[in-house]
Amino acid sequence: MSRLPADSVGLVTPQRHTFTEPLSLACGKQLPRYELVYETYGELNASASNAVLICHALSGHHHAAGYHSIDERKPGWWDNCIGPGKAIDTNRFFVVSLNNLGGCHGSTGPSSIDPATGKSYGASFPVLTVEDWVHSQARLADVLGVQQWAAVVGGSLGGMQALQWAISYPERIRHCVAIATAPKLSAQNIAFNEVARQAIITDPDFHNGDYAAFGVIPKRGLMLARMVGHITYLSDDSMGAKFGRDLRSDQLNYDLTSVEFEVESYLRYQGQEFSGRFDANTYLLMTKALDYFDPAGAHGGDLARTLAGIKARCLVMSFTTDWRFSPERSRELVDGLLAARKDVSYLEIEAAQGHDAFLLPIPRYIEALSGYMNRIEVSQ
Amino acid sequence: MSLRADLEIIQQWIRPGSRVLDLGCGEGQLLRHLRDHKDVQGYGLEIDPDKISSCIRHGVNVMEQNLDESLDNFEDNSFDTVVMTQSLQAMHYPDRVLEDMLRIGHEGILTFPNFAHWRCRWYLGTKGRMPVSEFMPYTWYNTPNIHFCTFKDFEQLCRERGIKVLDRLVVDQTHQSSWFSGLWPNLLGEVAIYRVSR
Repeated sequence: MSRLPADSVGLVTPQRHTFTEPLSLACGKQLPRYELVYETYGELNASASNAVLICHALSGHHHAAGYHSIDERKPGWWDNCIGPGKAIDTNRFFVVSLNNLGGCHGSTGPSSIDPATGKSYGASFPVLTVEDWVHSQARLADVLGVQQWAAVVGGSLGGMQALQWAISYPERIRHCVAIATAPKLSAQNIAFNEVARQAIITDPDFHNGDYAAFGVIPKRGLMLARMVGHITYLSDDSMGAKFGRDLRSDQLNYDLTSVEFEVESYLRYQGQEFSGRFDANTYLLMTKALDYFDPAGAHGGDLARTLAGIKARCLVMSFTTDWRFSPERSRELVDGLLAARKDVSYLEIEAAQGHDAFLLPIPRYIEALSGYMNRIEVSQ
Repeated sequence: MSLRADLEIIQQWIRPGSRVLDLGCGEGQLLRHLRDHKDVQGYGLEIDPDKISSCIRHGVNVMEQNLDESLDNFEDNSFDTVVMTQSLQAMHYPDRVLEDMLRIGHEGILTFPNFAHWRCRWYLGTKGRMPVSEFMPYTWYNTPNIHFCTFKDFEQLCRERGIKVLDRLVVDQTHQSSWFSGLWPNLLGEVAIYRVSR
């Protein structure tokens, strides 16, 4: 690409901060020191009232908008929503996007070197929860001089973080935007995660998570995990429209192992591509964080009581064909907020693309997000 | 912002600082007014995407929810007032919605057109066909208004269900009240605004 689009945040450079104060985790362990890698777009205003935190989903990272180089083929993962004049308008907002702790895109995670041993953490990296992430993000906010976020925004696992922010730090968040998410996973949803984990764990190259020591990666397991995940992110209709029963050649081979249907080819490609760029231990960790998330669990399952202390106004959005994080799960959250007498708006967007819809420029969705964000007051 | 005439009447019946649920809130005009002038915490239900967007842009709490499906997600006595303007006749089960309004709120405020208004009677009586007018512009086979009723019908339903009519204001299409519509409301009133409770 020779020129960057006019509505892009342009070239961005990831930043990094080392936290030396130990972080106590839900699992009972501590991380004595850790690094977070993040990007920012737009300018923090004098009153620091215009900061927006973007929380990423399972396989996301800090690079949410703009380009790392003039030659980068694709912009950040949520570039269609973040930029000058876009739904999350960088002319108004100072936008922060980080790679979560435990990730594999630069923040401290299982593939990082453990200073205590001089080797990568591997299986010894602690299991993290959404709450742990939010606490680590609060420290990043401190570093950036952000006492209170104008909004915390996220989809899927990112939506859980936005919600947890509103629960854990009610004074530090004015608006919570939770998209295609849930107040907890259903049994079916956990089951899909377990299939993904089993695919990784049973790969002979997994070596109980210490594969780095053996100089291998559990590529096949990771590929399978991504394939099953990917199926659940699409809808039956969108897969049907994209692939139908199309064959790669014009006839059946009567062969049990070759790639015959286009959908098989697509899934294998997606899986292979993913297994080359994502860490297996991070994948396990992220799926566990999803499964564990259940803020109402600490309040006897009473969601309204869990949400009682929230001060943020909330926007919840779901997509009609999303069956991994179905509209019912979003409505469960909305009903909890209603029962807790919180300010909440809820949209159920007609979209054919399943769970993936939250990353796509669906006009009604973008319009609502934009309308909501533009209404957020920021002083100078 | 000048308020639609019926909403102007309704807002007078709502106490400052109360909680209001507006069923079929449109672009949220009533809720905006109540928020800005009466410190009301309001929520609207709506299914029209453009109207929902407008609510969002104006900072009105709005939920995409079909009134015909269920209002079970709203707890008993969780609102002071539940409002429904010009939608009763479009409900699949108007009686259930009415019951729900008074389960969720202490009071209900409803407006609906009177099918016994003399113009409707005249149209039906002289032409023998379902009334079509500027005010009721739909053909019988393609109309959202599937359960027209008269003031008498509504009040009969209220009596059967033990619902008290606290206030009734009978107005014309422009929501003006006149001495003669009060004289013979079921014949001369075009729109009624009811305030009801258990």
